[in-house]
Amino acid sequence: MNRLLSGNEALALGAYHAGVKVAAAYPGTPSTEILETLASFKDIHAEWSTNEKVALEVALGASYTGVRAIASMKQVGLNVASDPFMAAATTGIVGGLLIVSADDPGIHSSQNEQDNRHYARMAKVPMLEPCDSQEAYDFVALAFDLSEEFDTPVLVRTTTRISHSKSVVHISRTRVEPKPASFTHNTAKFVMLPVNARSRRPLIEERLVRLKAYTETFPYNMVSWGSNRLGIISSGVAYQYAREVFPDASFLKLGMTYPLPEKLIRQFASKVEKLIVIEELDPFLQENIAALGIRVQGKEFVPRFGELNPDLVKKAAYQAGWLEPTAAESKKIELPPELPPRPPVLCPGCPHTGIFFVLNTIGQRSKLLNDQGKSGKEGNLIITGDIGCYTLATYPPLQAMDTTACMGAGIGQALGMEKAGVNANMVAVIGDSTFIHSGITGLVNAVYNQSKGTIIILDNGTTAMTGHQDHPGTGISAQGERTKAVDLEHLAHGIGVEDVAVVNAFDVRALRDAVRKAISSPVLSVIIVRGACSVQLRTRSGQRAIDMEKCDKCGVCLKLGCPAIQKLDENLYIDFTLCAGNACTLCEQLCPKKAIAPIAP
Amino acid sequence: MKKKYDLIMVGIGGQGIVLASDILGEVAMTAGYDIKKTDTLGMAQRGGSVISNIRIAEHVWSPLVMQGTADFLIAFEKLEALRWSPYLRPNGTVIVNNQVTPPLSVSLGVNRYPDDQEIYRTIRQVTDHIYTVQGSQSVIGLGDIRTLNMFMLGCISHFLPIEIKVWEECIRQRLPAKILEINLTAFNKGREEISYVNI
Repeated sequence: MNRLLSGNEALALGAYHAGVKVAAAYPGTPSTEILETLASFKDIHAEWSTNEKVALEVALGASYTGVRAIASMKQVGLNVASDPFMAAATTGIVGGLLIVSADDPGIHSSQNEQDNRHYARMAKVPMLEPCDSQEAYDFVALAFDLSEEFDTPVLVRTTTRISHSKSVVHISRTRVEPKPASFTHNTAKFVMLPVNARSRRPLIEERLVRLKAYTETFPYNMVSWGSNRLGIISSGVAYQYAREVFPDASFLKLGMTYPLPEKLIRQFASKVEKLIVIEELDPFLQENIAALGIRVQGKEFVPRFGELNPDLVKKAAYQAGWLEPTAAESKKIELPPELPPRPPVLCPGCPHTGIFFVLNTIGQRSKLLNDQGKSGKEGNLIITGDIGCYTLATYPPLQAMDTTACMGAGIGQALGMEKAGVNANMVAVIGDSTFIHSGITGLVNAVYNQSKGTIIILDNGTTAMTGHQDHPGTGISAQGERTKAVDLEHLAHGIGVEDVAVVNAFDVRALRDAVRKAISSPVLSVIIVRGACSVQLRTRSGQRAIDMEKCDKCGVCLKLGCPAIQKLDENLYIDFTLCAGNACTLCEQLCPKKAIAPIAP
Repeated sequence: MKKKYDLIMVGIGGQGIVLASDILGEVAMTAGYDIKKTDTLGMAQRGGSVISNIRIAEHVWSPLVMQGTADFLIAFEKLEALRWSPYLRPNGTVIVNNQVTPPLSVSLGVNRYPDDQEIYRTIRQVTDHIYTVQGSQSVIGLGDIRTLNMFMLGCISHFLPIEIKVWEECIRQRLPAKILEINLTAFNKGREEISYVNI
């Protein structure tokens, strides 16, 4: 049977067919759909874990009982999970254990770019890189076998263009039933006291030697011969781009990229006049091949950062002289200069809009920042943030975010600035899912170290940015079961926060009062701003319109940055197909002329 | 040897472009083609610029369409048609929904929205095959703006040599029964409207 599947869907189906029993993940673009797909199979345990570290620990525990397990995450998620990742590489496994790292070249939806192929080398574990959805499906079964045969976790590395592209997959297998779980006590393997870790250390090197022999025979390290004038070594989606750009060249396509098949590479190199590597991000293959003493080109011309595409590969090929430009390059459109950009924005009816509008006005942010976004003077309110839809409040007109580093960072940063002695009120903002991921330890730290700041938890009851996944605060599991919900108010009280307030995200006056009170209070305050994500609204009613007889075009409504409130050639209007209506009403609350009201029926 | 079709579908997050391009992919696969598709979105929010690449042929390598090679540009909004027009090949076909949605920077007075003349003159650098359709207006008339994506699919279906029953079957498989009828109506409206648009 053939199906059109994304790389993530294919990975998940491959894992299911290979008999996976436990799957764990924290949502993160571009990895999210792997666990979402696995969660649809009711005969396995698939969970959203609180964060990637916990997810990998869950999968590792399952593996110790002899069942197959998978933990999937985005590239920066593996940073969070790097502690158990290195430990797993040392203890080894019992049931097959896969760690999927979905990298994000070009930073479509991340805070930094990184090439996680280096993690395989650091942990000395095998790495597989599929180049389309078919390989994603096929590789998972191979990876589980490989894991069990060599007593090692296996890193399966994808990129956005593998995880999120759809291609035709021939489904050739059905589900293998998992083995029953059983745990055999073995402290020398599972208890990494220094003495045990030291005795496992040489085993890792021995394993690597055996893996080097295996990779020479890995069936998806494939040579396809074309002209012998140019030989190209590539992997992942870069291979597809190279096939497109170099129709006549010879190819060595690597499916297993750590450890590398040295003999195969030497053989291939000896049969071509010129050897090049086409790869995305760092010169990982190129440097390892050059270290074998083989002359090879690549990153001298192919970009070292950002996402590759066939146009960039072609440009590099012309620059390097790997390819002669054809005479008939087709004519391309030249765009007029300065097209208006259309970045993602907070949605109409977003529960984050009101609180950031309040932070903007109380902090007098429009005076702080000039048109170039440069700070004219020191702020009286510093807002530290992190990763979520709410990071978009950085953009005008809300301009109410001063820092974003990584998940949960804002709480620690706020305390650091406070203790450094900065002359401003500190406000840390964090989403509900992010708070549970890595904000709780920061809050404990703030209580313990006697912070006087304000922490605002933006509780929209979902993990919105990655597509509305449940989390421990929602009380619904990844597989749709009702479970226990973590109560954020009780949690804050329990940690020792005395000043905890809960405010309606769509009540501007209440938001303003709560923020004023918290920043003037001499103790640590937590404000939970609660309101549902508008994308999840089932029905919409009471869409607003502007009565132009009352409107004096003061423009206050535009300061919300609501995409439904639009202005074109001096016409100010609300696009009723976008307005969230009664669920929001923020603009109506703000309008000094009372010119905004529901559309007359 | 089957003919190749490289398509670019563009618009604004929330307009249903990913679903439309998914269905187009399923249609092509069902009709026996190789197909790869990939979407570029900022993040999961609504409101950002979206581009979906769909490549249909006997065999497809790259999921991304190269600039200057797209046979079709299907735009759900006019500024987005202009933004992504460098992907068009000479004499390629453009289907553009006659909708203007100013981005925030235009509403805030920082940027200017290009006028019609600028948009059409730019695209005519490489092609005169420009079909402007009244998609938003049509589907608001049907009672649900969210069916715009099926209207636009209907427009494309006119140009691809794939039987209508394959399209309808793939739409049927992807959409819940409750909203199926209105979406099929939107699809057929698009398929009909494109056949009498003057270019």
